[in-house]
Amino acid sequence: MAFQLKVNGDTRAVDVDGDTPLLWALRDELDLTDTKFGCGIAMCGACTVYVDGFPTRSCVTMVDSVGDSEITTIDGLEGKAAEAVQKAWNDLQVPQCGYCQSGQIMAAASLLAETPKPSDADIDAAMDGNVCRCATYHRIRAAIHRAADMMEG
Amino acid sequence: MTVLKNKADTLSVNRRGFLIAMGGAGAGLMIGSSLIGKAAEAATPATGAADVQFNPFVIVKPDNTVVVLSKHLDKGQGTASGLATLVADELDAAWDQVEVTFAPANAALYNNLQWGPYQGTGGSSAIPNSFMQYRKAGATAKAMLVEAAARRWGTTADRVTVREGVLTHSSGETLAFGDVAAEAAGLPVPEDPVLKTPDQFTLIGKEDLPRLDVKPKTVGAPIFTLDVKRDGMLVAAIARSPKFGGAVASFDATEAKAVNGVVDVVQIPAGIAVLATSTWPALKAKDLLDIEWDFSAAETRGTDRILAEYRSLAGTPGQVFQQDGDSEAALAGAAQVIESEFTFPFLAHAPMEPLDVVIEFDGKTAEIWTGSQLQTVDQYVTSATLGIEPTDVKINTLWAGGSFGRRAIYDSHIVGEAAQIAKALHLKNGGKKQPIKVQWSREDDIKGGYYRPMYVHRVRAGIDAEGRLVGWHHRIVGQSILTGTPFEAALVHNGIDHTSVEGVMGSPYAIPNFTGELHTTKVGVPGLWWRAVGHTHTAYVMETMLDEIAAAAGKDPVALRRELLKDSPRHLGVLNLAAEKAGWGTPLPAGKARGVAVHKSFESYVAQVAEVSFDAEGDFKVDRVVCAVDCGVAVNPDNIRAQMEGGIGYGIGHALRNEITLTDGEVDQSNFHDYEPMRISDMPTVETHILASAAAPTGVGEPGTPPAAPAVANAVFSATGERLRTLPFSKRSLG
Repeated sequence: MAFQLKVNGDTRAVDVDGDTPLLWALRDELDLTDTKFGCGIAMCGACTVYVDGFPTRSCVTMVDSVGDSEITTIDGLEGKAAEAVQKAWNDLQVPQCGYCQSGQIMAAASLLAETPKPSDADIDAAMDGNVCRCATYHRIRAAIHRAADMMEG
Repeated sequence: MTVLKNKADTLSVNRRGFLIAMGGAGAGLMIGSSLIGKAAEAATPATGAADVQFNPFVIVKPDNTVVVLSKHLDKGQGTASGLATLVADELDAAWDQVEVTFAPANAALYNNLQWGPYQGTGGSSAIPNSFMQYRKAGATAKAMLVEAAARRWGTTADRVTVREGVLTHSSGETLAFGDVAAEAAGLPVPEDPVLKTPDQFTLIGKEDLPRLDVKPKTVGAPIFTLDVKRDGMLVAAIARSPKFGGAVASFDATEAKAVNGVVDVVQIPAGIAVLATSTWPALKAKDLLDIEWDFSAAETRGTDRILAEYRSLAGTPGQVFQQDGDSEAALAGAAQVIESEFTFPFLAHAPMEPLDVVIEFDGKTAEIWTGSQLQTVDQYVTSATLGIEPTDVKINTLWAGGSFGRRAIYDSHIVGEAAQIAKALHLKNGGKKQPIKVQWSREDDIKGGYYRPMYVHRVRAGIDAEGRLVGWHHRIVGQSILTGTPFEAALVHNGIDHTSVEGVMGSPYAIPNFTGELHTTKVGVPGLWWRAVGHTHTAYVMETMLDEIAAAAGKDPVALRRELLKDSPRHLGVLNLAAEKAGWGTPLPAGKARGVAVHKSFESYVAQVAEVSFDAEGDFKVDRVVCAVDCGVAVNPDNIRAQMEGGIGYGIGHALRNEITLTDGEVDQSNFHDYEPMRISDMPTVETHILASAAAPTGVGEPGTPPAAPAVANAVFSATGERLRTLPFSKRSLG
């Protein structure tokens, strides 16, 4: 059946069963492939998008539950925190395989938008749901601090 | 098992260089393309026949872009940028004019020089085997560009210099690479171009040289197999036997076929494949299949039983793989004998990108898109399945979302299953070409086997009254990864699989009487190399035993290692550097402790000092790891640090809580809730120090992993006296 999804500022139609996870609607129906599939059970964060501004696991968010909510993928990510995070990620060469990083960046930008000067404990709490099998965590932590400094400066 | 013969491959190298029309590789960044670098931002359209290929590794485009063809898969370890660095340095290209793409599958041109006739990536060999080859490729292209420029200017080559991608005549006139590339490629190829001396390197060893793939990876660029979409593509999900070695007896697909989007269900040797117009219906319908399995040939033991059998075997003599002196006599005469048994679980690699592959088959040729780690084996298995020539299997190697060994498979079952489906559909569809993507779920991955095998070690070590190590008896029990695979001839000798004993055999420690024995077991659970392979268990045993011996002898763990490594200068180099940088011997606050480990793997030397802290309940956290590495010439220092950080995280993460267990032959774990990966809150800070070295470069993808877990275990012992001999550490409360 057809659903109207508000994605990155546009309203887009998808014709899928209502129990289809938003992740697959975005990827397979709307070609928004920058949001990745990692586990399908909300345990890794690779599929993180914002639903009405909140970081959400799109792999367990069914299309029929989204309604009029505004969905933001990394393609539509913007603002001071997002820019700072992407720059810091590049400056500190965070990604290795890179597969989880769009989810990491979505989570980090959300953290900084809420908490401009996070402590290590704040970072660990906010980012613990985002798995990186390459274990780039050491640089993720450093890059969030770097981004926070940039936003201040 | 497919027999691997290296038949003559299609593409031959023209000794005078060649001009080729660039199709895929020059088409800019798009879904399914692997090109990364400048094009990722500019997405310049291909300019067709004017792209100039100088040799198998270097292309110069009219806009001066230098495209380096990586013969190795990049699954996060930074190899593609590393190979590009080697070419760009010798070519004197500017880093911002460099792009990298993956070479086609062609073992005649792109074989791993450490492996003979196979194209593939593994064993931390990418930079070591390519170091001279890629430098020479860059130097050759440079010499030809210089000669072409000299001819254009009517002068001689010695009047032309190259710097940052600009050819300059002694008069000051300049040309860009693209200006003379076509002429240059028509010139004779110099046999022995002059290579730089290390003091002339501009990019090799340069700090803060950004990797070419990092920027696209910060925007979620569609560079992975997951992101490939072909016209009319069907997505396949495969139900495989829940017990390894089981087969389909019968099945009912009625419910699965009722799922909206499912178009077909086919039986293949690997199981039952559901084909759908998109991913979700395929994954959903797969779970609705009703399958009767035939387990008559399956492995039906649980891990408890396998472990009991291994422990029993550990009490009996095995096949000797090393015998120095008389360890039994030495142990009989020792003042003290320390006897310890260690157990290691099956481990899944669980790369972040669930396994995936895209295939198209037209009856004569097949084209594959995947993170291919053993292209030659992938070609042969596909060709054998489809009944076509290996050279008619075209592989588009794509960036992989991790691997840790999982995509380097001796039986190429990932592409093999895709070929089985392609064959079945080809027959059903009357020969119509049908693009198919096989998508694994995380459950398929965790339950899918090809694990780091289980091992048991039993060690007896003796010291004399003065605390000197006098004898060592070491028995290893576990399955062979390589027996029965195409790699058996190279790595299994007289029944000893080198990967079962590496890291124990030939230990650098000066042990006067040493016996090493191996029991090679038969288990129906497929095993596979897993980041650092045998060293994942052998280093743990050697390094924690060393600390047990130090404690028994009343010696400092670093001091004992120095004593036993006095003739191993590179081990000593990293040990001393790590100890110094970590402040070994200086006081720590209450509730904190340090542990050390040093281990050579894949010809690189790594020492680590771990600092752990304990909470009131006795749980510990790893706060900091100081790492020293000697990997010869440091090609990309920042990437070496990144690989040490990642390798340490991988080693500690699995040691903390990961194990795959089986009950009656079925895997108990299924996803990240019960095979829970290391998370950011588990991750220590890591400081990596690279020893300056002029030795030939050695690998860095794996060597960071082996010392991490034993360094942590030694820190725990130092604080609590508790010995962690059963992995993972989460079992410690169970005794």
